[in-house]
Order: sequence, then structure tokens, then C-alpha cells
Amino acid sequence: MIDPQQLAYDYDEERLGFEEPPRVAAPSIADGQRVGVFLLALGLLSLAIQLSSGKLLGSWLGFLAAALPLATGALLFIWYGYTGSEAGIQNDGIHFSAAKSRGWIGWALGIAITGFYVALYWYPDSMSAAVRWVDPLARSISGSAADRWFLYGFLYTMAVLIFGARMMLRYRHNQYEQLRTLSVGFFQLGLAFVLPQLLKAFQQPEHYFTYFWPLKPEYLYPWKVKELLAMPGGVGVFMFAFSATMTAVVTPVLTYYFGKRWYCSWVCGCGGLAETLGDPWRQLSSKSTLSWKIERGIIYSVLGLVVLTTLVLWINAQSSGRLFAGFSGRLAAWYGFYIGALFSGVIGVGFYPILGSRVWCRFGCPMAAILGILQRFFSRFRITTNGDQCMSCGNCSTYCEMGIDVRAYAQSGKNIVRSSCVGCGICAAVCPRGVLKLENGADFRDRYPESDRPLDAMLAAIRAAKPYE
Amino acid sequence: MQIVIIGNGIAGVSAAIRIRELKPDWRITLVSGESDYHYSRPALMYVFMGHMRYADCKPYEDSFWEERRLERLRDWVTAIDVDKKRLYLARHDELAYDRLLIATGSKTNRFGWPGQDLRGVQGLYDLMDLRLLYENTKDCEQAIVVGGGLIGIELAEMLHSRGIHVRFLVREASYWDNILPAGESEMINALIRRHGFGLELETELAEIVDDGRGCACAVRTKDGRRFDCQLVGLTAGVSPNVAVVSGTAIDVGRGVLVDTGFHTSVDDVFAAGDCAEIRADGAERTLIQQVWYTGKAQGIHAGEIMADGAGSYDPGIWYNSAKFLSLEYQTYGEVNRAVDGEESLYWEDRDRMLACRIVHVAGRVIGFNFMGLRARHRVCERWIAQRRTVEYVLDHLEECNFDPEFSRRHERQMKVSLRAQLFAAGANA
Repeated sequence: MIDPQQLAYDYDEERLGFEEPPRVAAPSIADGQRVGVFLLALGLLSLAIQLSSGKLLGSWLGFLAAALPLATGALLFIWYGYTGSEAGIQNDGIHFSAAKSRGWIGWALGIAITGFYVALYWYPDSMSAAVRWVDPLARSISGSAADRWFLYGFLYTMAVLIFGARMMLRYRHNQYEQLRTLSVGFFQLGLAFVLPQLLKAFQQPEHYFTYFWPLKPEYLYPWKVKELLAMPGGVGVFMFAFSATMTAVVTPVLTYYFGKRWYCSWVCGCGGLAETLGDPWRQLSSKSTLSWKIERGIIYSVLGLVVLTTLVLWINAQSSGRLFAGFSGRLAAWYGFYIGALFSGVIGVGFYPILGSRVWCRFGCPMAAILGILQRFFSRFRITTNGDQCMSCGNCSTYCEMGIDVRAYAQSGKNIVRSSCVGCGICAAVCPRGVLKLENGADFRDRYPESDRPLDAMLAAIRAAKPYE
Repeated sequence: MQIVIIGNGIAGVSAAIRIRELKPDWRITLVSGESDYHYSRPALMYVFMGHMRYADCKPYEDSFWEERRLERLRDWVTAIDVDKKRLYLARHDELAYDRLLIATGSKTNRFGWPGQDLRGVQGLYDLMDLRLLYENTKDCEQAIVVGGGLIGIELAEMLHSRGIHVRFLVREASYWDNILPAGESEMINALIRRHGFGLELETELAEIVDDGRGCACAVRTKDGRRFDCQLVGLTAGVSPNVAVVSGTAIDVGRGVLVDTGFHTSVDDVFAAGDCAEIRADGAERTLIQQVWYTGKAQGIHAGEIMADGAGSYDPGIWYNSAKFLSLEYQTYGEVNRAVDGEESLYWEDRDRMLACRIVHVAGRVIGFNFMGLRARHRVCERWIAQRRTVEYVLDHLEECNFDPEFSRRHERQMKVSLRAQLFAAGANA
């Protein structure tokens, strides 16, 4: 006898989905978090008064009066948000959150961050007061006045460190996540923020040792190379040699042994910001086959473009400006503006709360494209699927910031070897059955059928209509 | 050839996919009144807790079904006419089949408790239950979960995430101790209490109290205690859902009776997954397997047989895994199954909530339990299949580690402790 109540059931789960369930009372906010919010408000107020009145701007007192309450407020809020809970995966309510699931807070944050980038790139005058706010810090490190890029670097580094602290607490049961977070924090603070400023203090060019061609294409542009090689002393030569070696030798070797993650989620500043500030929005990346097709189209186009730009610039330089006169410069400027600024900054970071945290890394970054090709065909790295243990729940795919449908592999017992995987390790962390493990194998040939013939695998991948075919 | 599959859970869907692989031109229709598309049942808890959206718990993109020409029919089957080879549906016309697979899954056990049909009393198995949970959690502050198993702890975690106080009524002396040995079971008791849940062990439900308006307002236990609550979760196991088969010529025991080729007693009718009761030739006991993995394995195998394949279902070396709140659990082979001569070595670190159990018979390994540690499925399976000695396993313990890179390793402590136990057992023998 079939239950008549069951026969009456015809809820349209596809159209209506499942909304937020009822709850007893709004979760109480810890006292420490209240203090944090108070300090954050105090810091913002202090900053707003300084920026509008100009008072105290440019003094240490003014800088600290806003920076200290903001930083301690944020840290207190984060600390007390996690210390009350058991260590473990903390994803309750993410898809009900207005901030984390494209609710009004998410949209407001997206507009605010995008607005910041637009102001930074195209309306530098609007930033002049804020630049003066960080001036004392700039002078103490580099000896010269702050500019808007110093302000940007300061805010960027603070975001990585403060949200890095959040990652450390959030994943306090997972040493891979903790070490990775410490690593991106170290590289951002030391090599991407303090060192370039110190170089400036010693009258050297502001050089970033964590960025190489093609993510920072100018490091192999002829004018830059000439400028470095022409510098007196060995510093310029060293900088050129470092960048060139990183691009040509270190990148393929490290990627062979460890996969693309050595860079994308351990060193890179863009990755560092995505893995810290961007973490609350990682689940927003689309997993559809269509988005994979768009991803493939755009990222390899950008790679082609940066290769073309570099070639054209060199042909122009070698022909003493006769070939591609004017065009080469315009192309480089166009690339710098549309890809380097608009895509990586405005869309890449500004759209975190809408499209997820790795928009630039997934759809745009030419460095990621090269690392990805190496990882897919010439690397020992793979995410191993543990036997037949997958129960297709989908946590791995949901929390993949690169939009990889991890489950599609795991449920059929396959290893995950994808060019886009940045090795953040979150799929393995959120898996409730311990099915996934990031590994560097002893060889690159045992990862998937045909992985022993990388060139054939590459041709097959180019022809594939689905990423997991 | 028209294949019809009743049920779009993991067993039915696995069969459909396998049949399509083998028979590109057969017509395959999946009938389910529960959902338009196949979804992952174990993921329902994550939808409720806001870890995922419903769309995220569908294992395949919607286009998958059209690409493979797997037809989906949203309807309930009300009766089967095995003579005319026809299904009667609640909302559509009848549907003819050439071969039929019954993959109707399970239903929640209700042991005839007074008040078990009141509003506010429910199990947690399917989308109907999830929908019901939304209704039953309105104005709910306290919940009682009856039965200590995997679904019980999942339901408790779901309710807890919405601020509802949960109290377990467990008949046994310790949590899930019909499956787990004492050490692991006590670890879960401690974990449950640490999370602030009530845990009433050796407590049996006597009745669910009506508030006078047909809603549950409290439970009474057999030892006379009363606990107020607005929701009662019944999670004392599940049993095969055989409602659709009743009244037909298809033999039913506790489940739909099948042989090891998933044939029922009626030609061209098969059954697989939770609803099937497998009776091997000459075997004394029948086999009912009700976990995700066995649903998948049985479905694939049934699909093969239905597509003119051969072979008989071999359940292989058992494995299962679960997550109790923040604690992961994996099991391989035979643990706590009262095997003759079964002995076990057990290491635990209660502060860190870690444990490892190696079960052996006369020094040959037959099973493993891991709590808070991830183990490599293929390695454990191989050790059991090869009947490795305990000494061998201890010497190679590192090989089965599947924890994330840079995790704190515990093999040294484990080996010291387990070898000492092995030595002591040897000395006593």
C-alpha cells in the first residue's frame, strides 16, 4: 500500500529550491566581536574625519588613530568568531548569508571594491587624501612620499594578513591550509610590500620578486630589460637574471614536482588575496561546462596576447623601431590597461562577491595558463580519489574556487588532474568522507590513462568537449 | 527494448548509466515522484545547513540526462502488472516495460510507538522528509532524536545548526555500539556531549505525547522520564521500501527477494539497492545492504545483468565511512562482527579524537577502523585480501595514511602502542 501522503507530494525543488530553514534565535554575537565592531566603527570614523577635514593627515598619530582600531577591530571580530566553535569545517549558513551568497551585502561589497579600483586607476585625485594618510609609513620604509600604489600595496597586504588570520583560525585543524596561508602572508608582506619599498630607499628600481613574466609581462619587455642591464652595479643584472630564470627554469621544474600550487596558492600575491580576502566567496564560482568553455577561450587568448605583445615589442626593439613602429607600444599599453588593470584588478578583485574569488586566476592570468599546461601534462601533482568512497555530495565542487567539478572525477574514482587546479586543498578539507588528497606522486605517468604520452593527451584535451572526458 | 527503472536514487541511476554504456539504442526511463533529477541523498544535510544549494547536490549537470538519452518521468508508480508488463502511475498513463528495475530504496523504521504518526514526528531519508523538516522546525526549540546511528547524528547536527537543542534517546549502552566497538563508541559519546547535545543512553521510547491538537509536545521513556520537545526525529534505522511490490507475484521477504543476479521471482523484473534482499544459492542468511556505496555497486551490477550481461554480485570487502559532527570515521573489512577468534589492537588519542583499530584472527588482518584519521582504501583492501599479518601491517602503516599533507603524523605512537598490545597478547597466549 502506497502512502497517500507520498502520492500527493509534488514539490518543485528545481524551481523553488530549499530556502533558509527556521531557526530558534539569531546567533548571539560574542562580546569580543562586539568590541571588534566598535573598534572597526571607531577606525572608520577616525579615517572619515581625517579624509574629509584633512586634520592629522600625514602624521603618525593620524595614521595610527585609524589603522590600529581598524586592524585590531577586524582581528578581534575574527578571533571571537571562531574561538567559540569546535575546530572543523565551518560552512553553516554560507548559502543563506547576504554577504556570501550574492545577497544585498555581497552586491554592495562588489560595487564598493570595484569603485575603489576605478577610483585608484582612473581618478587618482580622489585618492590623494588617503595617500597622505599612509604617508608616514611610506617615509619610514622607503624614505620617500607615499603614492597611490603604496596605498594600494598597504591595503592589499593588510587584507592578506588580516584575512590570513581568519584562514589560520578557520582551518586550525588543517596544517596544509595553515602553512599555505603563512606562506602567502610572508611573500606578500616581505617580498611584495616591504622589499620593493626598501629597494626604493636604496635608489634601486621597485622590483617584485614574486611576480614574473607573463603575469608581470614588462619584466621581459625590451625597455625594462635594457633599463635593468644598463644599471650600474650588479643589482639590475641580478633582477633580470632572477626574473628570466624564474620564468624559464624554476617555474617548469617546481611545477613538475609540486604542480602549479607552489606558485598560485603559496607565493603569488593575486592568489594570496584570493585565498584570504576572497575565501568567503569561493563557492560562487560557476561549475557549468559553459563556464569551462568560456574559461578556456579567454585564458589562452590572454596568454596568446601577452606572448604576441612581448614578441612584437622585441621585434620593434631589434629592428631599431622600424618594424611595428607605434603599434608595439600601443599594444603593450592596451594590454597593460585592459588586461593588467581592468581585468586583473577591477573584475578580478572587484567581482569577488559576485563571481567568486579566483575570477582573474581562472579566466585571465597568463601565468596560470602556462602553469596549467605544465601541470596537466608534465607534473607529478594530482588529487587522488580514495577508492570508491565518494558519495557524490558535492561539497568539493561547491567549494572549488576554480569552478572545477571535482565530484565528476571523484564519483567515478578518477584522480583529478586539471590545468586550472591551484592546489588550495579546500576540496580535500571539506570532503566529509576523506576521499580527496593532494599529492605529488613519484611519477607523472600514473595519474590518468594516457598521461604517459603527454602530447597525445594534450591533443585529446584540446578536442574534448567536456573537462572530465 | 524498453527499460523502466522505479526510483532515481543512486542504485537506479547507476543501473541506468551502465545499461546505456552497454546498450546505446535501448530506451531507458527513470520514474520518480520524489525529484526531477537524481540528487545525492547524503548531501541533504548540507542543503539544510546552508553548506550547499539544492542544485549543488545533483551529481550530474542537467544536460547529462539528455545527452545519454536517459528519460525522466516525474511520477509515482502505484501498481505493477507483471503479467501485462505495465506500470500504473499516479498522474500519467500506464507505462509498458520489457525489463523493470525496482530501486525504491528504504523507508524510516517506525516500531509502532504510540504517537508515531503525530505532526512533528518524522524520519530523515528523502526530499519529502527534508520538506517536512522545514515545517517541523518552525517554533521548535527542543528536539528528540530516537536511535543512535548515522542518520540520527546527521539530523542532530542539522537541528543544532538552527539553534535547536537536541537530545538523543539511545536504546544501547553506548552510541551505535551494535556497529562500533566500545572505544570508538565512547569517543562519539564524548563528542556528542562536548557539542552540547543531550545523550540518554539505555533509554527507550515509550510514547510520543500529543499536545491535544495532533502535534508532538513531549516524549515519555520506558523508565518513566518525560522530555518536552516540539520535534521527534525517528532514526532507528531504515528498512526496504517494498510498498509498490505488494500485491504482485514478486516475492518479498524483508525486501524484494532477488538472486545474486538481481532477478526477482518474476521474469524481467529486477531489484537492486536498499530495497533488495539478496539470497545467494545455498546461503543461510540473506543480505540487505543499505549504504550509498552498496547502492552504487548493486546498481552498476544490476544494470550489467539487465543489459544481457552475466556474473553474480560479489559484495567484496566491506567498507563504509561517515562523519560524526567534526569526527571522520572509516571502516574496512570486518570489525565487531563476532567473527570466530576475532581479536583487535586499538590505539586512541582521546584529546585529539583519533583512533585506529586493527582486527585480526590469529594474527591475520581482517578489518580496520579509523577515527579522525584518513586511510587509503586500496591499501587497506589489499592488506585484507592478502591476509597480511599484523606485523606486516604495523611495519607498513605509513602506506595507508591518506591525511592531508603536513598533517601531524601518529604512526610512531600507534606502532609503539599496538606492538605492545600484540606482545602482551602473545605473552598471555
